Amino acid sequence: MTEATDLMSKFDGLIAERQALIDSGVTDPFAIVMEQVKSPTEAVIKGKDTILLGTYNYMGMTFDPDVIQAGKDALEQFGSGTNGSRMLNGTFRDHMGVEQALRDFYGMSGAIVFSTGYMANLGMISTLAGKGEYVILDADSHASIYDGCKQGYAEIVRFRHNDIADLDKRLGRLPADAGKLVVLEGVYSMLGDIAPLKEMVAVAKKHGAMVLVDEAHSMGFFGPNGRGVYEDQGLEDEIDFVVGTFSKSVGTVGGFCVSNHPKFEAIRLACRPYIFTASLPPSVVATAEASIRKLMHAHNKRAHLWENARTLHRGLTEMGFRLGTKTPDSAVIAVMLDDQEQAVTMWQALLDGGLYVNMARPPATPAGTFLLRCSVCAEHTAEQVATILKMFRAAGRAVGVIG
Amino acid sequence: MSDRQQTFDKVAELIAPFNKKGVALTEATTFQGDLEWDSLTVMDFVAAIEDEFDILITMNMQAEIETVGQLVDAVEKLKA
Repeated sequence: MTEATDLMSKFDGLIAERQALIDSGVTDPFAIVMEQVKSPTEAVIKGKDTILLGTYNYMGMTFDPDVIQAGKDALEQFGSGTNGSRMLNGTFRDHMGVEQALRDFYGMSGAIVFSTGYMANLGMISTLAGKGEYVILDADSHASIYDGCKQGYAEIVRFRHNDIADLDKRLGRLPADAGKLVVLEGVYSMLGDIAPLKEMVAVAKKHGAMVLVDEAHSMGFFGPNGRGVYEDQGLEDEIDFVVGTFSKSVGTVGGFCVSNHPKFEAIRLACRPYIFTASLPPSVVATAEASIRKLMHAHNKRAHLWENARTLHRGLTEMGFRLGTKTPDSAVIAVMLDDQEQAVTMWQALLDGGLYVNMARPPATPAGTFLLRCSVCAEHTAEQVATILKMFRAAGRAVGVIG
Repeated sequence: MSDRQQTFDKVAELIAPFNKKGVALTEATTFQGDLEWDSLTVMDFVAAIEDEFDILITMNMQAEIETVGQLVDAVEKLKA
């Protein structure tokens, strides 16, 4: 009998790295448990009241009374789950309702809901671009975009992050008559920088490419109707597909794509990540629908979110922290640190002080950087933002990141 | 000098700025194992190769290229 090769041994390096981190005495940044969640901005972690500055709950919709009521009603009327695929037995009233809410929100003729944002990118990219066609993506694209490329059969071409000339050059080297899909993101979520979509879309169109934009981190607070960076830059008639998520500003879970393409519905017939998975539970789509309809009119929340982002960005800059962007371009503010040790120590000092932020490191981050990602919420009060700044000052001085 | 040798020499010249450890280059030198390049270095290097030869090496092709020799072969084919 031959002894089996242990397939798990390939993870030895990962296991050792994680153990070394834990042995250094810090709390494992990738094993946080929220024992209670009190509001969009407060939770109990390790028995301690903690301000949340590391969620993607930008518009603070998770505890909205109308949203919660819609979920309760659907749970009672339609049960806890759908058991099935959207294509067969998994489409209920509220799946149709949330797709209509998306069409209304984006002012587009087509909307398709997926079970997560990850699956929306996986499904759209792998289904749109086939064999002999090309996907052209930004080097700093989210994992779901890379995985969408791997899932499909198209040729994959990468360009330098937000580099208009590099995109132009690479598109120019592709066969003129081949199908091309350029994939961009409105907000790149690690540094919080936004894409020069206007210029990039013009380049894509010049070379005959279709354009898909992921607006996961901008929904609700970019553009006159909160549709995203593409709306803010006046590109409503230029983008072929917009991908988004319910797990950030909408405050639940799910993903979607909206489009004005006359044949858009055909995606439902061909897209495997849409067909071969269970649809979202009725309560989830009902909360999403209620939330999206409220986000259409959430002008005050939007204004307050931007105010919070500006205050936090200015405060951290004045203290001497190095940030991912020079100006508060989005609701993501990244505090750049030197290495893993400094990032973890700073992260731990903030957590001990009662503040949760995201620690991010390669490969999720660009160019081998270590950073603490702060995601601002419209429900953070001015007092909380002031408290957050005090916590950063104390932790930054204790760790020696600032003087 | 053959065309292929010229391509090899040019590729070697473009590897030099990224060859931090001064590894001696042969056809069998691997990018990941011998040169120990991470994905960012690969991206910069591939861009340099593409610009030099005015070709495009897709990520699909990059996944198949492990050695300097394989890269030279791929460049020869793409130039043709």
